[in-house]
Amino acid sequence: MSDISTHIGKPWKKPPFVQRAWLRWVLLIGFSAYLIAAFLTIEVNWMRVYEGLDRGKQFILAFTSPDFSSRSGDIWEGMIESIIMTVASSVVGIIISIPIALGAARNIAPLPIYLICRSIIAISRALQEIIVAILLVAIFGFGPLAGFLTLSFATIGFLSKLLAEDIESMDRVQAEAIKASGAKWAQWINYGVQPQVMPRLIGLSIYRLDINFRESAILGLVGAGGIGATLNTAFDRYEYDTAAAILLLIIVIVMALEYLSGIVRERVQ
Amino acid sequence: MLRLEKLVKTYKTGDQALKAVDLVVPEGQVLALIGPSGAGKSTLIRCINRLVEPTSGKVHLGEVDLTSLSTAALRRQRSRMGMIFQEYALVERLTVMENVLSGRLGYVGFWRSFLRKFPQSDIDEAFRLLDRVGMAHMSDKRADELSGGQRQRVGICRALIQNPALLLVDEPTASLDPKTSRQIMRLICELCKERGLAAIINIHDVALAQMFVQRVIGLRFGAVEFDGLPEELTPDVLTTIYGEEDWEATIENVNDEDGAKE
Amino acid sequence: MPVKDLNDQKIWRRRTSRESLMHWVIWLIGVAIFAYCWQKISASTTWFFVWDAPRIADDIWTRATPPKWSYITQLGKPIWDTLNIATLGTIFALIAAVPVAFLAARNTTPSRLVIRPIALLIIVSTRSINSLIWALLLIAIIGPGVFAGVMAIAIRSIGFCAKLLYEAIEEIDETQVEAITATGASRWQIMAYGIVPQVLPAFAGIAVFRWDINIRESTVLGLVGAGGIGLQLSSSLNVLAWPQVSLILLVILAAVIISEWVSAKVRGAII
Repeated sequence: MSDISTHIGKPWKKPPFVQRAWLRWVLLIGFSAYLIAAFLTIEVNWMRVYEGLDRGKQFILAFTSPDFSSRSGDIWEGMIESIIMTVASSVVGIIISIPIALGAARNIAPLPIYLICRSIIAISRALQEIIVAILLVAIFGFGPLAGFLTLSFATIGFLSKLLAEDIESMDRVQAEAIKASGAKWAQWINYGVQPQVMPRLIGLSIYRLDINFRESAILGLVGAGGIGATLNTAFDRYEYDTAAAILLLIIVIVMALEYLSGIVRERVQ
Repeated sequence: MLRLEKLVKTYKTGDQALKAVDLVVPEGQVLALIGPSGAGKSTLIRCINRLVEPTSGKVHLGEVDLTSLSTAALRRQRSRMGMIFQEYALVERLTVMENVLSGRLGYVGFWRSFLRKFPQSDIDEAFRLLDRVGMAHMSDKRADELSGGQRQRVGICRALIQNPALLLVDEPTASLDPKTSRQIMRLICELCKERGLAAIINIHDVALAQMFVQRVIGLRFGAVEFDGLPEELTPDVLTTIYGEEDWEATIENVNDEDGAKE
Repeated sequence: MPVKDLNDQKIWRRRTSRESLMHWVIWLIGVAIFAYCWQKISASTTWFFVWDAPRIADDIWTRATPPKWSYITQLGKPIWDTLNIATLGTIFALIAAVPVAFLAARNTTPSRLVIRPIALLIIVSTRSINSLIWALLLIAIIGPGVFAGVMAIAIRSIGFCAKLLYEAIEEIDETQVEAITATGASRWQIMAYGIVPQVLPAFAGIAVFRWDINIRESTVLGLVGAGGIGLQLSSSLNVLAWPQVSLILLVILAAVIISEWVSAKVRGAII
């Protein structure tokens, strides 16, 4: 029991988040110094920004009257291509990522396979879609094939990692019960593991479908097919109303996909 | 000091939680509110400080009619009523001291409270209260590091530092073991006596209520079924409140006077 | 239901005939859609290039190795810019995301019918559009440069951060808020004492998580002219300077790995 009289009349301060005083000051000063340095090195051409405000206003106004019609052909083709790339790459990506996820789960796979699968995942996650797309366009030429391969590759990294984590955290007892019944490896996966991770797999797949669609919209910037090319042209020509139309379409499709994924996830869980 | 007049609460779902409850609590009286789950005990307590908005009826605290107050005036009145919760309801990521001082929020401005610059008198009072409940050495611990009994002690300090005229206590012991339950109930009742506070205590445990309080109210289906001294709680009375059951073991001092009803 | 009676013998089946038919039909439709998609992709592909791909890949590989290490001296400023785009973009995004999140959360929004839908619209529209597209747009409006990159990252991150934050706000423990309300605290005090402490860990986690993502995204913003190391990547690609490209890719890879490590460390320290 501490003596109460030591506290009375003394000011009270909230104990600081970082206990060590020197560390607290180093962090604080270091961060402010960084912020100041960062702000000082950004060159902003305020005249240019000021001139741009007018164009910005035009662009925002364009959203009130988006122009779907004058480039409807391009928009339609680009959208279809984006959707096709999305669907195909999601399917292929999911199919490939399932065995890799099994291999990357430490409680299922032996160590060598685990290491191989984990490094595939690491490579896929470290490389961004757009960089992969640039390389694949250089190798396979322009067109949706490069985009399709890019998205499939990205899907593998994303889905395998999350799925592997889910498998690693599954309920051991259920899986052991199936093993105890004398099941073969494939049967064990089918009865002991699959039911536990299936809802998550479905949820993640739909989520990835959503991401793939969003990403497919930018792949066109580097020539890998999809709506991005049309969008880029619209910006280059300052056709804000067409650009607005495309952006609205993207937003609507993403919203629809999100709504759909909400429904699906509710149903499977 | 506290007067409820025809207090009615009907929830949107159509459940009538309170049916015209009339109740007068004089100065300094500690009162237990018993009754089965869903009898409206929690609703009654929350209607008094309008955490739950009553449908109709009046609540008078002293001379003030709480039901007719504007938001700002209600806040001032709320700071006259300390509240203690079932699951302690401490802000878990704040320290013990901050939790206690949060009882003063009704008295200090936003920026002072935001910067944790409470008046020295509040801080002294907080230490005194923490010392009174035996928690002064824990003042800089985070609330989520405490045990249940310790949390409830901090909850009591938070209610008392408001310098209230009335304590509203909602199932203070429901999440505690029997020994700690008694300690907490004893503490609440002692503190009420020391400060001459009136208190309304919602409680499941009839024996515990009988042990400590001066008056018992039995609530059933949102209506007062019993109002009397703790000794008057007979098996018959409990049956009217809770329904048919063998009550002999529940009642502390079984007094088998024939026909000893309310 | 799925037990079939065959000559008084009960045969268990997983699905009723109707269910299994439905199952097959769904699979068939799925396969058909995929086949159609594949055929479309295949139709717009120049297969000659594809068959030639191994040779081209090999060619690029020989040109790109070894990386031109000396080029790294010119990458200092672009790396600094990239870091700034990500960090300042994240900070601006968080400043904007906090009010949006409070307006969007069901339990803190001042008006469910008017303000909440507006907040949700902001979240959806900023989230749906990739930061590269935001960069394109901002460059068209305010000209190329680091500033456009910062703004692109900031706008893209608002929706992301606000969404995660408002979900955290909706998950708080209401009894703690009730207890603070019961003390007679004002609306802002309830916010500061009842709600903020509960969502602070989530907020810190979101900030670091998004910063990590933003480092990745800001490395490529230069491809459309919004500053950072992507600018060097783009110009090296344009002149087919493959040794420089490979060096830049290595630098980007290192940046991504370091940022992931930092964010994991910081998150570990906070939670």
